[in-house]
Amino acid sequence: MDNPLIDLVHVSKSFDGEMVLDDLNLSIKENSFVTLLGPSGCGKSTTLRILGGFVKPDQGKVFFDGKDITNVPANKRQLNTVFQKYALFPNMSIPENIAFGLRIKKKPESYIREKIKYALKLVNLEGMEDRDVNSLSGGQQQRIAIARAIVNEPKVLLLDEPLSALDRKLRQEMQYELIRLKNELGITFIYVTHDQEEAMTMSDVVVVMNQGYIQQMGTPQQIYNEPENAFVADFIGESNILPGTMLEDKVVRIFGAVFKCVDSGFGTNKPVDVVIRPEDVELVDADDPKALLKGKMTYSIFKGEWYEMGIQTPDGYEWLVHSTENREPETEAGIYVKPYNIQIMNRPVSEDEEAMSLEE
Amino acid sequence: MGKLKKTIENIYLSLIVLFLYAPIFTLIVLSFNEGKSRAKWQGFTTSWYQEMWADEAIMAALRNTLVIALISALIATVIGTMAAIAINNMKPLSRNIIMGITNIPMLNADIVTGISMMLCFIAFRISLGFKTILISHITFNIPYVILSVMPKIRTSEQTTFEAALDLGATPLQAFFRVVLPDIMPGITSGFMLAFTMSLDDFIITHFTKGAGIDTISTLVYSQVRKGISPAMYALSTIIFLTVFIVLLIGNYAPRYFQRKKAAA
Repeated sequence: MDNPLIDLVHVSKSFDGEMVLDDLNLSIKENSFVTLLGPSGCGKSTTLRILGGFVKPDQGKVFFDGKDITNVPANKRQLNTVFQKYALFPNMSIPENIAFGLRIKKKPESYIREKIKYALKLVNLEGMEDRDVNSLSGGQQQRIAIARAIVNEPKVLLLDEPLSALDRKLRQEMQYELIRLKNELGITFIYVTHDQEEAMTMSDVVVVMNQGYIQQMGTPQQIYNEPENAFVADFIGESNILPGTMLEDKVVRIFGAVFKCVDSGFGTNKPVDVVIRPEDVELVDADDPKALLKGKMTYSIFKGEWYEMGIQTPDGYEWLVHSTENREPETEAGIYVKPYNIQIMNRPVSEDEEAMSLEE
Repeated sequence: MGKLKKTIENIYLSLIVLFLYAPIFTLIVLSFNEGKSRAKWQGFTTSWYQEMWADEAIMAALRNTLVIALISALIATVIGTMAAIAINNMKPLSRNIIMGITNIPMLNADIVTGISMMLCFIAFRISLGFKTILISHITFNIPYVILSVMPKIRTSEQTTFEAALDLGATPLQAFFRVVLPDIMPGITSGFMLAFTMSLDDFIITHFTKGAGIDTISTLVYSQVRKGISPAMYALSTIIFLTVFIVLLIGNYAPRYFQRKKAAA
């Protein structure tokens, strides 16, 4: 059970001389919901297409259930894909779309009919059999696409930004739907998205990718609370990424002020990057003894559940703050951060090194 | 005010239709004219139609025209569709270059195409006749097929092909079950276009036909010197009506079937 179901080993791929994946290693366990998250061009879609069999890696191997499937064509793989643009067959009816894979496999008619019924029920589209594919809404089309994939009983469902074309509310609905589906089917979902909220909501494991490298792999909590580098911190939610100096274990200096933190093992007087989430920045009165740094409020925007505010410290950095309490711009305020809300990261020397160091 | 505008619009439209169709209407009328005169109405007759059916030369030319149009359109459709699919899968630069090259024969003057084809056949010692007409027609028809299939391929998602593979279909199954039905409208209109272009052609046929074989257009041309028989008017009328009906079907049949499907 603990053996990985899918193993990508030293996979590299370049298109027209441009490196898209660079020596990627990734293991995916059975029955997990794994999300590949990253900005466009980070290699997440290419990774998925390599798994689906639509792209052949230049180097490296793909293992599925212990077997090397690197050279197995797409139509012989036990994986099914839900495509970004649904890719329903416009010349076929809804049941025929769903039955396509089963007809190819020459399953008996009664079995096919049963499966269509089951799949439509599973995606909450019972009674839609007679509708024209082209008359369905985006959300319905995507459900049909999911039904069409799962009737084949794949061990793994690959989903390539399946919700990106839907509006916000529908997208949220579909997120819960996908979690339910995954639990009911008991299979592995590999999900590609650039939307960090989607990744956070649904995943057991999030794989953050950038420039063809895996930046960090972990549970949503780990990724959010303990980002391993500035890229992850910046990409997952909003954050203040500040230059700091690690004075000693559990003490960091930021803009001349000394903050207590919980990280250690960085050495003494070492330059580091400090990540502080905007909701973890506490604003106090300027003369409050708790204030570690003082600054001037620059702006305040009401966001519904909280105020988004800026506070500029004398060194010129504008901190991003989320708080339920508003403070008027142009007023003075103090900044306090609880030790466990401060996340210390090694500062890489160059961008490439940043990417490289994370591979280990 | 709106009414006046509408009236002027209608008059304008009627004039355009009149100018476009008056010559054809004249032809149709003259095909029923008793005498050979082109200026005077001498009474109604259908004898030119009977004469046309009886005329061995006209019938042979008609047969040649239709057979060539049909075969050349079919072959050009197959080649053109395959070419369009291949071109669509090329990298953007090569795709643009190839599309440019395929467009040249369409923009090129027919007379240049005709003469160069003729010279080519002679250079390769291919005797001019039925097969050279056929080859030339296939050649000049291919670009038209590519041009009408291409947009359909581009809108037909590449992903439906991949989706079919993903669901276990072999590339061939995926093509015939998913891609082909999807681009069928483009292929059909490409075929129709090729068929009409071939039916229509005079110049290229003239240069590549050699002696002893005629299509309708070259037959008419050869008759010009001794005066065109009104039987040719009758034939032209039939051709016009055929094309007209085919166009009507081509335009309205898909919509009719769609509505029927939607209603069902």
